[in-house]
Amino acid sequence: MSWFDRLKSGLKKTSNKLVGRIEGVIGSYSTIEPELLDEIEELLVTADIGMETAMEIIGRVKDRVEKEEETDPSRVEDYLKDELKEKLRDAEEPLELREDGLTVMLVMGVNGSGKTTTIAKIGGKYVSQGKDVVFAASDTFRAAAIEQLELWADKVGAKAISHDIGADPSAVAYDGLDYSVNNDADLMLIDTAGRLQTKHNLMEELKKINRVVEKKLGRPVDERLLTIDATNGQNGVSQAEKFDEAVGLTGIILTKLDSTGKGGVIFQIVDEFSAPIKLIGVGEEQEDLHEFDREEFVEALFR
Amino acid sequence: MFESLTGKLTEVLDQLKGKGKLSEEDVKEALKEVKMALLEADVNYKVVKELIGNIEEKAVGKEVMESLTPGQQVIKIVRDELAEIMGEERSDLNLSSDPAVIMVVGLQGSGKTTTCGKLARRLKGDGQGPLLVAADTYRPAAREQLEKLGDDLELPVYADRDQGPEELAASSIDRAESDGSDVVILDTAGRLQIDEEMMDELVRIKGKIDPDEILLVADALTGQEATSIADEFDDRLGVTGIILTKMDGDARGGAALSMVQVSGQPVKFAGVGEKLDDLEPFYPERVAGRILGMGDVLSLVEKAEREMDQDKAAELEEKIKKKKFTLQDFLDQLDEVRNMGTLGEILDKLPGVGNKVDDLDLEGDEIDRIEAIINSMTPEERANPKVIDGSRKRRIARGSGCEVTEVNDLLERFNKVKKMMDNMGSLQKKFGGLPGGLGV
Repeated sequence: MSWFDRLKSGLKKTSNKLVGRIEGVIGSYSTIEPELLDEIEELLVTADIGMETAMEIIGRVKDRVEKEEETDPSRVEDYLKDELKEKLRDAEEPLELREDGLTVMLVMGVNGSGKTTTIAKIGGKYVSQGKDVVFAASDTFRAAAIEQLELWADKVGAKAISHDIGADPSAVAYDGLDYSVNNDADLMLIDTAGRLQTKHNLMEELKKINRVVEKKLGRPVDERLLTIDATNGQNGVSQAEKFDEAVGLTGIILTKLDSTGKGGVIFQIVDEFSAPIKLIGVGEEQEDLHEFDREEFVEALFR
Repeated sequence: MFESLTGKLTEVLDQLKGKGKLSEEDVKEALKEVKMALLEADVNYKVVKELIGNIEEKAVGKEVMESLTPGQQVIKIVRDELAEIMGEERSDLNLSSDPAVIMVVGLQGSGKTTTCGKLARRLKGDGQGPLLVAADTYRPAAREQLEKLGDDLELPVYADRDQGPEELAASSIDRAESDGSDVVILDTAGRLQIDEEMMDELVRIKGKIDPDEILLVADALTGQEATSIADEFDDRLGVTGIILTKMDGDARGGAALSMVQVSGQPVKFAGVGEKLDDLEPFYPERVAGRILGMGDVLSLVEKAEREMDQDKAAELEEKIKKKKFTLQDFLDQLDEVRNMGTLGEILDKLPGVGNKVDDLDLEGDEIDRIEAIINSMTPEERANPKVIDGSRKRRIARGSGCEVTEVNDLLERFNKVKKMMDNMGSLQKKFGGLPGGLGV
């Protein structure tokens, strides 16, 4: 199955609903009326796009309808797609390794957002390309998180560096980096404990991990990635904001797009934090991690 | 950037409060704002529509128009409506069988396994003997996680690696009987997707163990899909209650409203932190009140009463009233804070404080460090931090083995807390009775 098909099957529930309803709405109007746009706005809100963004997008669709003196309701869907794609203009940016030497990626997110699984998938992908991959088990808080990462490392053929539960997460990252440098690894992925973005001391801990690795590495951590669960609502914006404040995000990984979640919150995130979507997760298998493509993302939303 | 739902609603309703009488247009205008706020809080669109419709019906008309305090009247109607959706009363667990069986279900990442541990801890605290059963045989290390939780709680965990989830569930009842456990808590597998296979398995497990409670664990961060998650689990399994996790974040928790509305089942508990005792009973009316900016005063009082020394509390209240909160008091609080949860968590529940305390969270190691710093101060410095100048800061930093910036950090933070405490003192004078339960 191609990744686009997988994305579509992941988005199937979503897009069936959205499309069915959009067409249903459009079909019940013979001209473009304000009520039609109101109803479409509702549909966007129910896709977790957020009231503000939905209003903005609808505003632009409306401007265009007026400017072009369009009266055919079926054109509204095209305008809508155009605007949604336009919103994601700067969102595409693939995840890449440095040309030479070690690439370091710090993976963070709220509890249950899919960090460890994502790390396993990224690691597995590069191992299969012949790269040496190291996992640093810096989630020393959650019971059995270390074991979970070690199991994944075994499964995908990466090396896991871990300390005991309760250890200093920065020390684990430091040792992981030490090992990676000494063994000429190509990629080190740092798994961190899930943390709600409002927890001051946990965010400080994250800053420390970032600082310690940056200092030893002699440059900023190459990728500082935030995993966001596609079933999350508007809180995703707050997550992006606070994690960005703490360590400066280089990208977002939108996980669980194969759930019933629509991931609509990324429109606002991309807009406000200019953080690109580096990857999307559309399933539990190794190959279910993909580059983000806005054309296909929006098309798939409307299929 | 984010205004809380509470803030939003308060703002809107304050506009109403400012006016003597309300026109129909005012109510409509206000409800438009309420609707926006609810949508931004991730309450499902359909639920919002219904809610607004009901409120409008009640608010536009004589009830409000003839009232002397129209703003208050609208607040009451909105709150009552929220409360009506959330359920009138607190719902407890219904554990009538022997052994009683609790089946815990939910999507992956919602916090099922941790919640099982928290439930076990709670039941143990109530004098019951829970048995934890690891029926999530899919997720790597899920069993180990539950075993670790069982270790911490000194409770038995049943995790037979040779059995599939259904057999394991069925045999866990025998195990509980032979062990003399009163309650079986069954952790089940979550999937990313609500798929048939997963539901079928859960339905078969349900058939084998005939649970007293089927609790749906759901994430307070969930968006519009909350309704369909609740709907599908309830449809297939007949959910008996909801546990809402990650309520300690800044999620506005509209998911709670949506899920209750759709499933018709109450939220029984809320997860409010990472520690095993961070599971609180869910009081629907108070939460409705909290959404409206009234503070979850009652549940704080309960928590405080359970864990805080009464005399010290009275003393502290006295100090807050007199605005004499010192660093020594701050230090004395730390141990209690350790037991009660973070300071931020406590302050979060006080009316008028709400989300302003994001940066005041204190936990674990940080408390140790703060303790070390304050312990390196002289009694004079503790009583009157203003005397702490540069050279004193350097001495304190040396004494406590930390950086001067950390001393500065602490002082800054203390000043914030003190300011907040002083404000509460003023409130107390104004209204009588401390609005928090730090000392009630």
